[in-house]
Amino acid sequence: MNAPRTTFVVRIRRSGLGVLAWLAALAFALPLAWMGLTSFHSEQDAATNPPSVAAPLTLDGYREFFGLDGGASPWPALINSTVASLASTLLVLLLALPAAYALSIRPVKKWTDVLFFFLSTKMLPVVAGLLPIYLFAKNAGLLDNIWLLVLLYTSMNLPIAVWMMQSFLAEVPVAVIEAARVDGARLPTVLGRVVAPIALPGIAATALICFIFSWNELLFARVLTGVVAQTAPVFLTGFITSQGLFLAKVCAASLVISLPVLAAGFAAQDKLVQGLSLGAVK
Amino acid sequence: MTTTTVTRAATAPRAATPPVRLRAWATRAPLLPALVFMIVITQLPFVATLVISFFDWNALYPEARGFAGLGNYAEVLTDPDLRRSVLTTIALTATVVLVSLVLGLCLALLLDRPFRGRGLVRTLLIAPFLLVPVAAALLWKHVLFNPEYGLFNGLLSLVGGPQPDWVSTMPLMAIEASLIWQWTPFMMLILLAGLQSRSPELLEAARIDGAGNWQIFRHMTLPHLRRYLELGALLGSIYIVQNFDAVFTITSGGLGTANLPYTVYQSFYQAHENGLASAAGVLVVLGSLVIATFALRVVSSLFREEVSRA
Repeated sequence: MNAPRTTFVVRIRRSGLGVLAWLAALAFALPLAWMGLTSFHSEQDAATNPPSVAAPLTLDGYREFFGLDGGASPWPALINSTVASLASTLLVLLLALPAAYALSIRPVKKWTDVLFFFLSTKMLPVVAGLLPIYLFAKNAGLLDNIWLLVLLYTSMNLPIAVWMMQSFLAEVPVAVIEAARVDGARLPTVLGRVVAPIALPGIAATALICFIFSWNELLFARVLTGVVAQTAPVFLTGFITSQGLFLAKVCAASLVISLPVLAAGFAAQDKLVQGLSLGAVK
Repeated sequence: MTTTTVTRAATAPRAATPPVRLRAWATRAPLLPALVFMIVITQLPFVATLVISFFDWNALYPEARGFAGLGNYAEVLTDPDLRRSVLTTIALTATVVLVSLVLGLCLALLLDRPFRGRGLVRTLLIAPFLLVPVAAALLWKHVLFNPEYGLFNGLLSLVGGPQPDWVSTMPLMAIEASLIWQWTPFMMLILLAGLQSRSPELLEAARIDGAGNWQIFRHMTLPHLRRYLELGALLGSIYIVQNFDAVFTITSGGLGTANLPYTVYQSFYQAHENGLASAAGVLVVLGSLVIATFALRVVSSLFREEVSRA
């Protein structure tokens, strides 16, 4: 009877909600877009009120940040962050893969209890152990040493990795593994030919998420490193106090240092929730 | 959960060869490195913190170290600054978690239906979460909040509005705003996953029975989302109770914004009060233990559901 009218109303309402979603997304992305634009403005144009949107573009902010016009170079900090993030991610995978195997494919007794022990360590605040770790590092001469951060970042990410990988490995059907075994395949063959192809995308996403958390970490890095082992977030804290006209430089620095996280995050987009919710949401 | 354990155990090699113990250890072996690593790096330092918290110990006067019993706890609990930082932590965490949860729910509901460019909208909305926390805090502090040339006051001056000094006049809200901006995408992702795990048949059936949008939301979606809302709130609380980056960057703990992690950091890193810092650290742990207990319960119920569905 009034079907055409209803569909018309529904259509209007639907597209209205779509527009609303777009507006929300643009509002959330505006600060980021503004940061990107400001990073390509000159310092004078970046510091005008009202803002100058159509100012000429320049790479001066980036030149400043990379220390091409004098000033501290960010490269040592970027390299430290890369080493700390990559090495700790690798170590996490080395420890978490066998553990996840023993919690899913060939589970130990009470495997859920073990799983929840890992999770509970993640709920222990970092400040709970910070002081003894600092005192230990000081006495052992490990202050300002990037490898200490590698160990700490590994412990920070290991529970997440174990949870995620456990859920990925559990997706490998037991029957398939049994069948391969019956056909006489040895353990390495089973792992390489049967388990790996199914679990690989999940393992990659796990690695990306661990990389992000290590790259972002500030508190440990701030307390335990100084000059030599300074990481990128610690380098960024140098911008906390204003230094005259420096907006373009701050924006360039923030963007360059966030770039690896943005890249890794978008690459792992589909598994991001699973990692962040420690595997509780799929 | 039990069903899987049983089937798994049944399908696992059942030939009970003589060295059963050896076999059990062979099963356990792959687990041990990770387990030992975690115990050494997370549990031992906490035990040390616990021990130090009973000592009167300022690092600048090492010879004056002595057993203090519960003295540090008494001092922490009666110190007005520390009490204030407890309240700040609670206010900060509650505000950020609740606001980003509500915003995240609205966004998730908007994104749950198909429209043109949905993928791009989702990507744009996730972006704030993928900024290095210090970089995000710097962005808000200098680029948006700066009273002279920040974007907010720039936009306000375009319409002839006032020019407030955001960080000085509302320091805690400034920190909260930047954290809400970063954490709303996180809540949205969890809630969107929850929305998409609703059964389409049930929704269809409800619609055929004549249920309106609001009725469906109130009586079907919301109860289904409850667990996801709890999970988002708890995980958000665990991360935000520990927040250090935003407080450190935007106000450096000044203007009454020092939360517990910042206070612990300051009391040993700047004031060298090891005993006091440890007592405060232990109190942070006790506080998070309350949240963690609930969080573990929610995760385990979701986990059980997941395992029994598989």
